[in-house]
Amino acid sequence: MNIILYSAAVLGAMGLLLGLGLLLFARIFAVGIDPRVERILEALPGLNCGVCGFAGCAAMAEALASGKAKARQCAPGGPAVVEKVAAILGTAEAAAEPRVAVVRCQGGTGESRKRAVYGGVPDCVSAELLEEGVKACRYGCLWMGSCARACPFDAIRMGGDGLPRIIETRCTACGRCVEVCPRGIITLVPRSQKVYLGCMSRDKGKKVKELCAKGCIACGLCALPKVTPSRKVVMENNLPTFPADWEDFGTAVEKCPSGCFVVRAGAPGRG
Amino acid sequence: MRLKTFRGGVHPPDCKDRTRDLPIRRAALPARVIIPLGGGGKARLRPLVEPGRRVLTGEKIAEGEGARAVPVHASISGAVSLIGETPVPYGGTAPAVEIEGDGRDEKAWEGTGIPDPVRAAPSEIIARIREAGIVGLGGAEFPAHVKLSPPPGRTIGHVIINGAECEPYLTADDRLMRERPGDVVAGARLLMRATGAARATVGIESNKREAREAVAAAARAFPEIEAVLVEVKYPQGAEKQLIRALLGREVPSGGLPADVGVVVQNAGTAVAVWEACALGKPLYERVVTVSGPSVREPANLLVRIGTTFADLLAQCGGLAPDAALLIMGGPMMGIAQWTAEVPVVKGTSGIIALPSRGIPAERPCIRCGLCLTVCPMGLSPSLIRRAAERGAWEIAERYGVLDCMECGACAYVCTTSRGQVQHYKRAKMEIGKRGKR
Repeated sequence: MNIILYSAAVLGAMGLLLGLGLLLFARIFAVGIDPRVERILEALPGLNCGVCGFAGCAAMAEALASGKAKARQCAPGGPAVVEKVAAILGTAEAAAEPRVAVVRCQGGTGESRKRAVYGGVPDCVSAELLEEGVKACRYGCLWMGSCARACPFDAIRMGGDGLPRIIETRCTACGRCVEVCPRGIITLVPRSQKVYLGCMSRDKGKKVKELCAKGCIACGLCALPKVTPSRKVVMENNLPTFPADWEDFGTAVEKCPSGCFVVRAGAPGRG
Repeated sequence: MRLKTFRGGVHPPDCKDRTRDLPIRRAALPARVIIPLGGGGKARLRPLVEPGRRVLTGEKIAEGEGARAVPVHASISGAVSLIGETPVPYGGTAPAVEIEGDGRDEKAWEGTGIPDPVRAAPSEIIARIREAGIVGLGGAEFPAHVKLSPPPGRTIGHVIINGAECEPYLTADDRLMRERPGDVVAGARLLMRATGAARATVGIESNKREAREAVAAAARAFPEIEAVLVEVKYPQGAEKQLIRALLGREVPSGGLPADVGVVVQNAGTAVAVWEACALGKPLYERVVTVSGPSVREPANLLVRIGTTFADLLAQCGGLAPDAALLIMGGPMMGIAQWTAEVPVVKGTSGIIALPSRGIPAERPCIRCGLCLTVCPMGLSPSLIRRAAERGAWEIAERYGVLDCMECGACAYVCTTSRGQVQHYKRAKMEIGKRGKR
């Protein structure tokens, strides 16, 4: 009988003591957690994509709470996350204008001339290291999909013509594809922009014609006041340049002899 | 007796029989030459001439700033017709000077040599070498004067003349050593004078015994110069491997031959050095082997820099209809061309045309380890490749990818036809990019 009593008493006393110890140490060594971190973490998309430059959303939440990051670095989050984070932190960070990636080359395997057979590593960056690749045009897409592999959101699919297609609903404008493309063909444009130029060739017209059916031949038609009354198009380095808010592009798109302008399918307000 | 060599390496068929016994023939004077002012990662040169200007053979037409820039010279007499971008055999395009020849080949340099160059001051020899635009003629085009001016604290005790010519098909250095052994030896003496080296060794692969005998005979009067046979093995002609074979010294990782007191120059470079000092002749022509199963009449040609590949191929009976691959240099390390309208440059040791055997499909690595046994740098190509394929550049760096010289021995033996060198090139580029950040 005594044995049972003793053991119960000893174990009970030990449990009480250790419990008190735990309580004490938890108080002494308590780590102050910023309560905002948890709330920010909830506001973030939770994709752990790393696009912000931090190791996952938790690290980003801490960086945000300590002011080491800006909410707009979270590309997949977009304006909604910027707004939520600003509310939590009590700061007034303006959301960046939503953007989207566009592919500025339309020279697919059917349109563009090849100049050699390529048997190397099937990757655009590696191909660019040697001989500037298989394509005769030295400005155009190399058809090997480094951008699609780099995309953390599966927003780029390679088409049958070798060119990447951006799935705009998935694109978060994180810029990974822009970084990886050795020819700088992919650029980020405001989602409000309705038209972009689907060619990067700075070659002269005659050469472009030899190399690609969809290349800009620098004819300058689109820059004529009678085609673009707003005079927003300026020829530079054998390519037209225009601001994102170019509105009177209808005639230029229609008249362009190589069909270089691409009217964005997902552009808002498109008739 | 076993021949001297290094550890590792491969034995591709040497394929030199096509041109081994064909004396060097002077190629027809080109009607037009294209002389690049850069490309291949070299310093951009500033042209000293403008379109319309008349130039003489050997006249300096461009020079650059910086210790590594070497001038280039007109290779024919005539008028500058154009300065513009042109495809170059290193890949891509570069600015170039185009000269329309007048067929007279009037020389600007005749009578400008030093009477007794072997007794000239070392600094004068080095200055002349630079002014003559001499670069390594083996293919890498490394400026010769830079190698001859070792970093402070390093002294050169030994000059190695590289006559290994380990790339299949090429016989340009072989012929040069057989036909002009005296000039090779004279060049070696000048290089010794320039560096203060006490000894010189000409390393020649044992499939070129005639060349060794010729050089040894020419060097009989100079006991400090010897001609030594080395094993026929690729890449025997790589600088560090030749040093290892001849002297048993190992260049430290990331180091230079000067770190072990050696300077290595190609046999063709030695001849160019002699010509520059004794005759005052700048480097505007070189020996080029035009060979390969798809060349109708292979030849060893003395070619003016700037002659187009197409021009030379026409002089060699043209290409056979099965030609699919045109390479500048040897088939192991050479650069594939997409057009024959590129000019011969100072590093063009050969022009090789091959029929296509198709590109074998890559299969999964079976970890056979052959690449490890052949890597002349003692690296682990399989591990480096695996890291590089995944984009793990730090791991590739830790495994020593920066010591890789891109000889391709690993790719040559790979049982699963995996691409190797391109991955290493990529890894080096990415590591370099990171270092700059």
